[in-house]
Amino acid sequence: MGQVIQQAPAVRGKPPTVVTGSAVDIQQYLTFLLSGEMYAVGILNVKEIIEYGQLTEIPMMPAFIRGVINLRGSVVPVIDLSARFGGRTTETSRRTCIVIIELVHEDEHHDIGIVVDAVSEVLEVSSADIEPAPSFGAKIRADFIAGMGKIAGKFVIILDIQKVLSVDEIATLATVSDRGAQTTAGV
Amino acid sequence: MDEVLNVFSVEAREQLEAMESGLMQLEQGDRDPETINAVFRAAHTIKGGAGVVEIHSVEKFTHVLENVLDRLRNGEIEVSGEMISALLLGCDHIGVLLDLVAGGQMEADADTARAGADISEQLKPFLGQRKAEAGKLTEAESDVQREDSAAAVNDCWHISLRFGRNVLKNGMDPLAFLRYLLNLGEIANMATLTDALPDADEMDPELCYLGFEISFRSHASKAAIERVFDFCRDDCELHILPPNSKVEEFLGLIEALPEETMRLGEILVKSGALTREELDTGLKRQSTAKVGADGTAPLPPLGNILIQQNSVQPEIVEAAAAKQKTVSEKKAAEASLIRIHADKLDQLIDLVGELVIAGASANLLAKKSGEATLVEATSVLSRLVESIRDSALQLRMVQIGETFNRFHRVARDVSKELNKEIELVINGAETELDKSVVEKIGDPLMHLVRNAMDHGIESAAVRAAAGKPVRGRVELNAFHDSGSIVIEVVDDGGGLNKDRIQAKAIEKGVIQAGETLSDQEVVNLIFEPGFSTVEKVTNLSGRGVGMDVVRKNITALRGSVDVRTEPSAGSRFTIRLPLTLAIIDGFLTGVGKASYVIPLDMVIECIELADTSANRDYINLRGEVLPFVRLRELFEVSGERPTRENVVVVQYAGQKAGIVVDQLLGEFQTVIKPLGTLFRNMRGIGGSTILGSGEVALILDVQALVSRSAMAEEQKARATQGGRLLEAHGA
Repeated sequence: MGQVIQQAPAVRGKPPTVVTGSAVDIQQYLTFLLSGEMYAVGILNVKEIIEYGQLTEIPMMPAFIRGVINLRGSVVPVIDLSARFGGRTTETSRRTCIVIIELVHEDEHHDIGIVVDAVSEVLEVSSADIEPAPSFGAKIRADFIAGMGKIAGKFVIILDIQKVLSVDEIATLATVSDRGAQTTAGV
Repeated sequence: MDEVLNVFSVEAREQLEAMESGLMQLEQGDRDPETINAVFRAAHTIKGGAGVVEIHSVEKFTHVLENVLDRLRNGEIEVSGEMISALLLGCDHIGVLLDLVAGGQMEADADTARAGADISEQLKPFLGQRKAEAGKLTEAESDVQREDSAAAVNDCWHISLRFGRNVLKNGMDPLAFLRYLLNLGEIANMATLTDALPDADEMDPELCYLGFEISFRSHASKAAIERVFDFCRDDCELHILPPNSKVEEFLGLIEALPEETMRLGEILVKSGALTREELDTGLKRQSTAKVGADGTAPLPPLGNILIQQNSVQPEIVEAAAAKQKTVSEKKAAEASLIRIHADKLDQLIDLVGELVIAGASANLLAKKSGEATLVEATSVLSRLVESIRDSALQLRMVQIGETFNRFHRVARDVSKELNKEIELVINGAETELDKSVVEKIGDPLMHLVRNAMDHGIESAAVRAAAGKPVRGRVELNAFHDSGSIVIEVVDDGGGLNKDRIQAKAIEKGVIQAGETLSDQEVVNLIFEPGFSTVEKVTNLSGRGVGMDVVRKNITALRGSVDVRTEPSAGSRFTIRLPLTLAIIDGFLTGVGKASYVIPLDMVIECIELADTSANRDYINLRGEVLPFVRLRELFEVSGERPTRENVVVVQYAGQKAGIVVDQLLGEFQTVIKPLGTLFRNMRGIGGSTILGSGEVALILDVQALVSRSAMAEEQKARATQGGRLLEAHGA
């Protein structure tokens, strides 16, 4: 028990990437659907879930940046996860949601929204039930995966949300796309 | 850090700034005693404050500075270059100590302590001479006084002494006191008063009836003279009036007293014109006078009592009263200023921002409802909100002068280091801009000013050969121009060497060899990352990180920087910044479903885009060629063009351009919401705002948009010429 308590603060805010030792640690995850696939993120990163709507597109941005929304007075960018993973942009339906994720980047808190097809439920997964990520075959970048959770006999991809929503990487991609637009305009 | 420490550190920094600017003035030949006093007072305040909050490192070190300044103030030493340098170093050191304190370290570490000791050592010569020189000085002074006194007996202390009856009975000999008095000076004249002597038969030989009026010549202070009579103070009546020459001195001393609220009596005691004993008697008399008048009549002023009491001359009382008055007036003026934590102010601005948005949404709803009275009420409300917004923003406006003044010190140090004579001229120091902008502009400005001095201004020999005045000139100008503030750094140096810049750019791979660039483009290459033309890396600049950092910082403030240069005549760096980072007046336009805000200050007019037959992106604006940008194309907005399109004519840095939009939606108070780090590299969009409907609208960065389309067109032209690598041009 003592071990569990000791370990708890270390993993807070970020799902465990590797299962350590024999300590059994139970974490809560939010699961959601994206292009028919089930994904999970650590509940501690999730700030809230809102209905999809009133989104303002930002011109000259890569497709995975859907735009910005007004979240009670602050402007929050919204990322299309499906497009970020290299797929098509998410079609909006009645059940489409925006999950607001809170990240810490360079000591600053950032809120970023992700578009998902549907939010399922909050599950408790013990660390014993988390397998390391496969080196290939998941169809998304390996570094985006924090682990594979076994839930009801099926694997659910637990996302390393810090990596998926890496502020630096997205900012750089945005510039590249910006330049790309210029080049295409030029040629 | 606790509250008291915080207040101390803020105040100490202000005082340090005051000290520094005072010292600079002294160095530039200002010999106004008020300046010296100001510097002294600043040091004194720091020392006092440090004592109160018990930061002994600061207190001890400042004490050394204060001693030097005190001697300077008393005219015991002359202002010299070395002394100012040492004192300025001392100021820096106090700054370092304050930094340590801010970091929670109350005492200096070994390194800092050593640095402090070094500076104290440097200051020693100005202290060490004290004995020798000061001795000489007083001697000279006394010579003068002696001559004076020979001419006029008047110039003596006047001591009037009436011994009490019981002096002898109490075992004191009046004569002994007079003899003892001689230790302090000489008695120029003495009259023995015998009026109190009764007839011989009534006289008690054991009583003393004598009084003396003594003219006493001495340099001792009043208190010292009074002390002579300490033992018989209770038994006798003693009045000591200072000599006339002393009156002058007292007046000076009263003038020089620190600006604190003090009672009249305290002022007099502090200046030495009055002793504590005399004050006490005076006060006692004042209170007894009150009792006598049944408490109804106003108290007789203490000054009058003191004069009656023959303790001080009337003019000294007057001076002290005047001092008291100025101090209290000054206090009143200070009281009308309040220190506010910047966070609180930011919070207020945020709230006002929310209020503006909420107001806009109320307005929208009122218009929808169509109820006349409601519409009227909301319009009154929105007018008030607008005034609140303006006053709230005004709170954050500060003059740029404070930032500029720092550069006097920089100019001085740099010119010493480089051995160049450089004069710094500041214009428009009273120009106001948002505090948050001021804070962030310091570093880029520092780079530019240092660069101008290091690279811009040539050495004296080169300047002389070119027929220019040997003294180089760097100007810092600030002024308002169409909704932005412009800051210029101008030097009259050699200007930028275009060939060298080009050669260096090719060497560093910033551009390709053989690429033809306009002169302006070449000059702007200095803002590219990793670019530096000076072979020798100096302490000041030339690390190649300067100019691109300058541009980055300024762009981060939604500003721009530009350079014009003239060979052998100098360069002019122009920084344009928005006045505020919080709320602006915007002009709302619509393209497709989206709304875009253009800063209203840039908008000149709006016209219909009438003639779209030619495939050219310019129109004839009353005989002027006006190029325009089609937002629809640039932003790749899908959907049909509306039948009527509009051109918003904007002006920026003297250039005009058109922006083609679908709809014009009118003025809109725009609360700027930053888009966050995710979009930090984005060009063309300056930020976002929230509309009354709750939707997010984007704010256009007009200048970036225009330059972007200009660049795109240029690249297109080059590409069709089968031209060079696009890469070469960078972004």
